[in-house]
Amino acid sequence: MKKVFIPLVFFFGLVIFLAIGLNRDPREIPSPLIGKAAPAFNLVTLESDKTFSPEQMLGKVWMFNVWATWCVACREEHPVLVAFAEKNQVPIVGLSYKEIQPQDPAAKQSDAVKLQVARERSALWLQRHGNPYTTSVMDLDGRVGIQYGVYGVPETYVIDQQGVIRFKHVGAVTPQLLAEKILPLMQNLGKS
Amino acid sequence: MKYTCIFLMALCMGLVHAREAVSLVDDPIEEARLVHISQELRCLVCQNESLSSSRAELADDLRREVRDLIRANKSDQEIKDFLVSRYGDFVLYRPEVKPLTWVLWFGPFVVLLIAGIFLLVYLRQRRATVQPQVLSDNERARVEQLLKD
Repeated sequence: MKKVFIPLVFFFGLVIFLAIGLNRDPREIPSPLIGKAAPAFNLVTLESDKTFSPEQMLGKVWMFNVWATWCVACREEHPVLVAFAEKNQVPIVGLSYKEIQPQDPAAKQSDAVKLQVARERSALWLQRHGNPYTTSVMDLDGRVGIQYGVYGVPETYVIDQQGVIRFKHVGAVTPQLLAEKILPLMQNLGKS
Repeated sequence: MKYTCIFLMALCMGLVHAREAVSLVDDPIEEARLVHISQELRCLVCQNESLSSSRAELADDLRREVRDLIRANKSDQEIKDFLVSRYGDFVLYRPEVKPLTWVLWFGPFVVLLIAGIFLLVYLRQRRATVQPQVLSDNERARVEQLLKD
């Protein structure tokens, strides 16, 4: 009688293993950047030729959100961010990631023209959909994105007062994620 | 007529210059290193493709990054370390052997060992319980009869 159970135990073990494995999102790759200093950069902003670098945010807990006007999931995420920014006074810095895609007609233009086109397009998009960002920086060639390990827009980071990355989320943030994870984390970090 | 044609064609031969195909890259050594390194790296967008074969945009960017690092005289290990520091062990097709990846590296062998032990135990038990069957004289006679037919 006992022997009958051995394959059964094996079988259920396998089922549990597969159930866990198949329900995990293969796109969720644990970021090695958690607990590390946010990579430094210096980029011009969407609004002006003044540059922004993460150093300027030392002493503040802030959100860093990667977006682009061509990104479909960003459109879904955007109203959530706008509502969040209205309700909570937390600085959100946007990273306009590779606004000019290679297949874009503007891609063949000079860097100055590309920057101008990207700015116009992004500003219009923010005007239409609302602007949750304190400022947005222009990462036209995607190099800063690589520094932050960006592989799917939108991505969201929480960075603490010391400039350490505390949280990363790939994909659109949901109101639930903001309320249950990001906001409590930011409030907690703000206290320390 | 035919000969005139051949003659004219022969004249034209001097006009045709064939040259060796021009390499599309500036530095073949750099390119070879790029291919070598990027074959070991996973594209994060299409996760079953290597960085060298992927046509995803991020792969293009990452190849550019690797190329820049090669130009900056970084070693293969330094380049891989950089990408791991940004994207995690996941970018490596052959993750480093460390406590976190032990299960990955040695798990299959452990499973094989356990299976082998089970098989051995099972075969021993079987030998103990199953008696070899002996044919009676009657049966033997029947077998011979059947084989003859």
